[in-house]
Amino acid sequence: MKVTGTAHRVGDHIDTDAIIPARFLVTTDPDELGANCMEGLEEGWISRVSKNDVIVAGENFGCGSSREHAPISILGAGIPVVIAKSFARIFYRNGFNMGLVLLEVGDGIEKIGDSDSIEVDTEKGEVRNLTTDDVIPCSPVPEFMQEILDAGGLVPYAKKKLS
Amino acid sequence: MPQTLAEKILQRHTDQDVREAGQIVQCRVSMVLANDITAPLAIKSFKAMGARQVFDKDKVSLVCDHFTPNKDIESAEQVKVVRDFAEQMGITHYYECGEVGVEHALLPEKGIVGPGDIVVGADSHTCTYGGLGAFATGMGSTDIAGAMALGETWFKVPPTIKVEIEGTPQEYVGAKDYMLNLIGRIGVAGALYKALEFSGTAVDDLTVEGRMTMANMAIEAGGKVGLFASDAKTLAYAAAAGRSGDIELSADAGAIYERVVNIDVSDMAPQVACPHLPDNVKPVDETAGLRIHQAVIGSCTNGRIEDMREAAAILKGRTVDSKVRCIVLPATPGIWKQCLKEGLMEIFMASGCIVGPPTCGPCLGGHMGILAGGERAIATTNRNFKGRMGSLESEVFLSNPAVAAASAIAGEIINPAKL
Repeated sequence: MKVTGTAHRVGDHIDTDAIIPARFLVTTDPDELGANCMEGLEEGWISRVSKNDVIVAGENFGCGSSREHAPISILGAGIPVVIAKSFARIFYRNGFNMGLVLLEVGDGIEKIGDSDSIEVDTEKGEVRNLTTDDVIPCSPVPEFMQEILDAGGLVPYAKKKLS
Repeated sequence: MPQTLAEKILQRHTDQDVREAGQIVQCRVSMVLANDITAPLAIKSFKAMGARQVFDKDKVSLVCDHFTPNKDIESAEQVKVVRDFAEQMGITHYYECGEVGVEHALLPEKGIVGPGDIVVGADSHTCTYGGLGAFATGMGSTDIAGAMALGETWFKVPPTIKVEIEGTPQEYVGAKDYMLNLIGRIGVAGALYKALEFSGTAVDDLTVEGRMTMANMAIEAGGKVGLFASDAKTLAYAAAAGRSGDIELSADAGAIYERVVNIDVSDMAPQVACPHLPDNVKPVDETAGLRIHQAVIGSCTNGRIEDMREAAAILKGRTVDSKVRCIVLPATPGIWKQCLKEGLMEIFMASGCIVGPPTCGPCLGGHMGILAGGERAIATTNRNFKGRMGSLESEVFLSNPAVAAASAIAGEIINPAKL
């Protein structure tokens, strides 16, 4: 998968309440959740985002609740990829299960500034900063997670196992 | 090869050889859990998987505790989805209305989870059951849907941080303070992807409820599980909840740990986590004097009977500050009844507290105690993220029940010893 878009920098320890506050958890609709993405970080955050933009985060992105509404709201906002220094554990699993691509790049994150134009190539395993020409390698997806991705996500994976 | 407690429990549920951290193992689960926020999504995924029946109707728990009593039409519709599914599947452990309690207090109380179990829940605080010696961890709704259908799921064997806690605590210092202190030391990502294994004399001295309070907040350090060995106390607790056949379980001598953290609780003061992360921890006296508008005593962290007793001991014969809303929420109907029996309700009402039903409500800013902009709360809950309990301009401080109760009386954060 190749994605080109604008980077939206957020800080360390962005929690699931920041991604989608509890008051919006009365629906499972991706569009409704997407319209309120990051509302707990900053009111109206979503107004700056265009389709195929990318969230670029610091350490422990997605910490807190197990709410799958968090990756759904990001996807609902039109964001297909999150790049972070590191991810919280439950969010990491949820992201892949939902088809949201998560790339851990460690300290390489510092090479991406807010509003930079970036290109993500998941197959090559690299992020290219088109504004600065920096190339940042990403950690490979763990083998077992790749099996789930190859099946098309956890739903089709389980479907296959159940049949 | 000697195994950590996490490895040992995983081993009991798989035919694979559990050898080392990082290995992926497929395990059978003892209990799968979801609530009124996460179950509707799980049900959606369950159906999309083509599943027709849950793997075992006795091994799925659906607890509608977050927006209970339903706060609006949308939350009522969500519960309806869960109720219909439970009926259709013949789920044994479905709870709502007068039977419902905060899930992580309710399930141990009913003996639904216990030592040596693997429990997966679509709720991040599922790790609470580590206090009983269960490998219990939070996951998302789709993972839970898979587990409900297949009766198994995959785990990456976590590396373990051993936490040795020694010493005899001073008055008004206990399990919550030990855990806040640890999170303050290692940080909110200090145990990311890892298991925390607790041991030491101070841990041995804790009640099983206290251990659950600690395990509950393992996720606040990023942890996958927070584990305690099951000892005679655990087995007595499990037996009283109606379980049989449980055995003592602890790590093997010589098990490999990633690191060891030592904590001496002898000189520890009550701890307070300041906004906006649970690792922003200070001794209570450094936060003393901060005016509060709300105190919340309850939740899956500190809503059990011993927490109610601790709060009541402070509130007895005293009056809550006229400008503070002190909300007391016993975590289950059983705890509610016990409070009535012991005269604690009388104390709460006489001191001017608002006593509510068992609900997760205010902890997640759901309902029944939302903060306005500029308001500050002290809570026995587990998270103080920005806007967690309401307005983005509000603040939440985390503490043990004694500190929260004392602060409600003083109208400002205070060390109970100085009340």
